[in-house]
Amino acid sequence: MKSLAELAAIREKALKEISLRQSNDGYKIIVGMATCGIAAGARPVMNSFVEELKKRNLTNATVSMTGCVGVCRLEPMVEVIAPDGEKTTYVKMSPEMVEKIVVEHIVNGKPVKEYTIGNADN
Amino acid sequence: MRDISLHLMDIIQNSITANSNRIVTTISTDNEKDFLYISIKDNGKGMSKEFLENVIDPFTTSRTTRKVGLGIPLFKESAERAEGFLSIESELGKGTLVSVSYKISHIDRLPLGDIAQTFSQLVMASPEIEFELKMNNGSDSIQINTVEIQDTLGEVPITNFEVIEWINNYITESIKCIFGGVLDEILS
Ligand SMILES: Nc1ncnc2c1ncn2[C@@H]1O[C@H](COP(=O)(O)OP(=O)(O)OP(=O)(O)O)[C@@H](O)[C@H]1O
Ligand SMILES: [Mg+2]
Repeated sequence: MKSLAELAAIREKALKEISLRQSNDGYKIIVGMATCGIAAGARPVMNSFVEELKKRNLTNATVSMTGCVGVCRLEPMVEVIAPDGEKTTYVKMSPEMVEKIVVEHIVNGKPVKEYTIGNADN
Repeated sequence: MRDISLHLMDIIQNSITANSNRIVTTISTDNEKDFLYISIKDNGKGMSKEFLENVIDPFTTSRTTRKVGLGIPLFKESAERAEGFLSIESELGKGTLVSVSYKISHIDRLPLGDIAQTFSQLVMASPEIEFELKMNNGSDSIQINTVEIQDTLGEVPITNFEVIEWINNYITESIKCIFGGVLDEILS
């Protein structure tokens, strides 16, 4: 069984790493988690973002969710807010699309146009 | 919704939207009665009596002007399909308690789903909220509380990826430990 002792060990380790600062001045990735979003598969999408950030040791982004109602037919929807405030809305997301967004947008600062709202095939 | 953990995510999202900062979820089973009980209690803004009636059963209202939500009616429907119930108690300014039950052996009972993922994602997204999860099978119980975890962590943020993973694994093991074995089929 997992124990709190393990948690203390994680703490020690994390304190040694510089990557501790999960900055608030980085990218904000916000996954829509209202009923429609969840039903359309928002959860695995959020999971993929966390996995990708972890895999690449990226600390310039935080992942969160919102319960605000989005547009049902465009769910799962994800909003990425850049440090300069620029907002990009990705629609009809799937876990497979996440890697590209992380690499091109979060790492290289270029939004993935083809996944955005203007380009969704309705 | 495919499983109970997704409904939970949805219902807890309501609590977050209602500005709660403490959300307590209880999952318990009564083997003899063959029932699974789930409750979500928050300290958010609550609802008036009149509003609540509309929320629980939007189809009985004569009002057509109001946009009705889907989350609660869908959860209710899933419980009723398995001989269970959904009820809500709420008080303006105090908070809300959503209680749901399912007959465990009912063929239409939804699987529990990945409760651990529901919670680890919620903690990741809203680290400022105190989440508590209690699991109880009538004789044993395990609980996890994010404020206690944060106390252990000190200055390390609870959103640290390894911590989130630990929370995920801890809950996964707890669920197996409490509801596995005798109640294995609850995990299916
Ligand atoms: N825990 C809560 N505290 C306060 N108000 C709540 C709570 N849960 C639900 N409500 C109120 O009930 C309404 C209906 O909730 P419901 O989950 O059914 O739909 P919704 O959240 O509006 O939309 P969605 O279909 O995306 O879930 C909410 O809009 C909110 O006003
Ligand atoms: Mg809702």
